[in-house]
Amino acid sequence: MSHEADVTDMSDVAPGVLDEGTGNVWRMVLLYLVGLILAASLTAGSFLVVGTNLIWGPGIPAALVVLAIGQIGVHLVFFLHLTTAPDNTNTALALAFGVLIVALVLGGSLWIMAHLDHRMMMPMPSAPFS
Amino acid sequence: MTSTELSRSAYLRDSDPYKVGRGGNRGPIGAALGTDIDATGRGEGGPASRRVVVGYGFWIFLVSDIVMFSAFFAAHAVLQNATAGGPSGRELFNPFSIAVETACLLLSSFTCGMSSLATKARNLVFTEVFLFVTGLLGLVFLILETRDFAGMISSGAGPQRSAFLSSFFALVGLHGVHVSAGLLWLGTMMAQVVSKGFRPNILRRLMCFTLFWHVLDIIWVALFTVVYLIGEGR
Repeated sequence: MSHEADVTDMSDVAPGVLDEGTGNVWRMVLLYLVGLILAASLTAGSFLVVGTNLIWGPGIPAALVVLAIGQIGVHLVFFLHLTTAPDNTNTALALAFGVLIVALVLGGSLWIMAHLDHRMMMPMPSAPFS
Repeated sequence: MTSTELSRSAYLRDSDPYKVGRGGNRGPIGAALGTDIDATGRGEGGPASRRVVVGYGFWIFLVSDIVMFSAFFAAHAVLQNATAGGPSGRELFNPFSIAVETACLLLSSFTCGMSSLATKARNLVFTEVFLFVTGLLGLVFLILETRDFAGMISSGAGPQRSAFLSSFFALVGLHGVHVSAGLLWLGTMMAQVVSKGFRPNILRRLMCFTLFWHVLDIIWVALFTVVYLIGEGR
């Protein structure tokens, strides 16, 4: 069963696979190289932002988050070949659902715990809730 | 491109923009064009090819893996300041070591992509060479990370020191365990490519490995940003 030939189908592409029809290897190497250069420069940007006074101190975390999201986007497009093409719809939808859960877990935890910290710091009321 | 191909691609483009299902039957237009393009969205073309099903299933696993990582990230983000009087990130992290580890993983992601291109061209030598370089860079990453961990633990900043360090070791260690598992998988694939050749099942495994390795690098991007760079500012 597992030895059967896999049919290539122009309307269906597995996640992370470049379009089966594209023939020129060097053009794809170039695509990976562009991705590598973009990712490397974004990484270098992150380290630069931390190591120098290029950005106003309190703004550094926001800049780092933006650079990281940009780099994750570069990885998805140039290394995992995620596109908005019809054959990528299922892949992109699964990822979007994952991102939703990640946002809920991260945002929810931070929100709840920040709220809890805030309440713990309030002075105790003289008459506790009975 | 012939006019038949042109009108076929135009039909494919206009008929079902989201291509949610697979066609199979030759409808009137499909018969005229000589291709199976009708009945899209009704699943009459049968299941997708094994390659697509395996790849998609593995993609779902990777997304669930990312969700698991998000729980560790959330714990670390919440406990980042809970140092219990112990050392904070600023005193512990070595930016140079982190930069080298990041470069190793990024380059290994690139060479992993190169090996997938070599596989696509059915070039055994380059597939193996690029897989080997990928593994080597992964190994350098792991050695550096282990050295960092050993240094922290020996200086009394082990996982039991504070909640911050517990969450740090859990999160970064989990990523390290993934990289170790990836290296074992990589070695297995190098052996299987040599002994079994580019058979369809081996090609599918290589595809899944490539996906796994790229996603590990994506997680590392989030990790070095949140844990090391933002953590260092505290």
